[in-house]
Amino acid sequence: MTHDDLPMEAEIIGRTEDSPTIFTLRLRLTDERQRHDYRFMPGQFNMVYLYGVGEVPISIVSDPHGPTVLDHTIRAVGRVTNGLAQLKAGDRIGLRGPYGRGWPLREAEGHDILVVTGGLGCAPVVAVINYILMRRERFGRLTIIQGVKHVEELIWRERYAYWSTLPNTHVLLASDHGGPLWPWHVGLVTEVFDDAAIVPDRSTVMMCGPEGMMHAGIANLTARGIPEERIYLSMERSMHCAVGHCGHCQYGPDFVCKDGPVFPYPQVKDLFKTRGF
Amino acid sequence: MHPAMAHSASGRTPRWLAHERLQDLLDALGRAGYQCIGPKLRDGAILYEHIDSAGDLPKGVSVEQAPGSYRVSMTDSPRRFAWANGPQAIKPFVFAPREALWRAKRCENGTLVFDAQPPANKPLAVIGARACDLAALALQDKHFLGGDYPDPNYAKRRNNMFVVAVHCSHPAQTCFCVSTGDGPRAAYGFDMAMSELDDGFVVESGSERGAAMLDALNLPGAVQAQMVIADEQSRHAAEVQQRVLPGRNLQASLFANLEHPRWQDVAERCLSCGNCTSVCPTCFCHSEADVPALDGGSSEHAREWDSCFTQGHSYVHGFTVRPDTRTRYRQWLTHKLGGWHTQYGRSGCVGCGRCISWCPVGIDITEEANAICGKQP
Repeated sequence: MTHDDLPMEAEIIGRTEDSPTIFTLRLRLTDERQRHDYRFMPGQFNMVYLYGVGEVPISIVSDPHGPTVLDHTIRAVGRVTNGLAQLKAGDRIGLRGPYGRGWPLREAEGHDILVVTGGLGCAPVVAVINYILMRRERFGRLTIIQGVKHVEELIWRERYAYWSTLPNTHVLLASDHGGPLWPWHVGLVTEVFDDAAIVPDRSTVMMCGPEGMMHAGIANLTARGIPEERIYLSMERSMHCAVGHCGHCQYGPDFVCKDGPVFPYPQVKDLFKTRGF
Repeated sequence: MHPAMAHSASGRTPRWLAHERLQDLLDALGRAGYQCIGPKLRDGAILYEHIDSAGDLPKGVSVEQAPGSYRVSMTDSPRRFAWANGPQAIKPFVFAPREALWRAKRCENGTLVFDAQPPANKPLAVIGARACDLAALALQDKHFLGGDYPDPNYAKRRNNMFVVAVHCSHPAQTCFCVSTGDGPRAAYGFDMAMSELDDGFVVESGSERGAAMLDALNLPGAVQAQMVIADEQSRHAAEVQQRVLPGRNLQASLFANLEHPRWQDVAERCLSCGNCTSVCPTCFCHSEADVPALDGGSSEHAREWDSCFTQGHSYVHGFTVRPDTRTRYRQWLTHKLGGWHTQYGRSGCVGCGRCISWCPVGIDITEEANAICGKQP
């Protein structure tokens, strides 16, 4: 396999404002052949290039079975993402990818799926939720748990509301701080695990969010008897190249960009509690 | 497979290249289409640069190295390679300190076109590669070429590189290649290898093309006495090395000692300047950034050597994973002497000692590793 290093041109065909700082770009590769050949797995990411400014790694939110349209949900936080936030439909950007190892979909078949996310960690799992919903019979109970710090940070209310209407699918939301129009739990996201009807020996956990939250979540779930090897984390580190060369995303012996971003917990466990890696 | 591996034993009869015929070797390499890279004395240090003539080589130069110190002096020695190393050797010629990767052009209607920016260069011939540098080159090859995404720019520079090793006869006080198992004699990765004596070189080939090059030079055979001196020099170069790492594989020991008080101790001395990573022949970290043209019509996407000692290295959306020197030095050492074993099957240290000499405060990697890991069996 050789590496085609060049970005592909993509056109923004839609833009959604998810919150004051979070937006979703809907992209379409402009080259017909590239668009036709493009495939990705839930949990993988693209390097999104803003002309003249640079690239950022962004996970792919949209459905892997409609890869001609690629959604990327982005928080405007740095030089590139603040610039991307200014773009509108019709503008052109660059796209390299997909990169990395996604969620363990085959291994999770037959299991109850527990999706636990915090903050914008909800983005990298939307594709996996859609994947499961399209193959409902292959999986057991689907529980979607999302925690935020403040109620205003919750995005995709309609999406959660819709998922909660589906059979054998449960949605549990928590906010550290409550507020008006917040009918869900007020408190830590781990506090709703009691309502998740977890069956430890037939559950697979997919987790993405701040490391402190994942840390608390793992401690709670393993105490309930979920084996560590059934817990998967999507990790985040600085990435410049996405192909394991630039060194920024190293996590001990692993490159998050190519060995991850999704890891079985035992693979990263030794360093996970140590700050600075 | 490197050509050296396929090389038959028949071409290995040692030859004698008198100092006066060094130019013939450079000329032959030039005629074969190579651009020669070799050591020169410049700005008080041995630097590997393009050389045109054997007269460019650092005749009579002696180098004294110590923690935080690199001093050159001139001697009457007729030798050109009577020193250990300079701040860099081969790495900048294969993994360029700064280079464009691709360019984006924006057309009038706002569409973007992407062009690769491959390096334009003739095949290189490196004169005077040390065993440590060749060990480092093999590691960089694994990193940039070994995975699913071989790097095209590195490959372009690396392909067809002709390597003339010169076995190290004057290791510096900072050298510890014996401890890492990488020297002082070059054992692989070269087309020709030479031992320098006072009046010339005992030369052996390490590949078919190296053998062909030697044949074309029509050199006399080396005599027994010359080969004895060459062997004796290598033995001596090994024996005089004082520094040692506490083991060949420190991965388990380092990761078992992540809260060792020595990390804070070294952090109070370390300036976090990144000199060690700049001179290290295996460090591969680089950043990528865009350089837009002033007319706004195009933008060059370039990479540049980066260091895990910078604040920016671990920056991710508003958060710095390694905010202090303690965590940065720990990242460097646990990776260099630990993580590399998982990634590339061996330590990332080849014992060249550059990080010791070029550290402005003289931090010694062997001393720190010994303090943290203790003596290993």
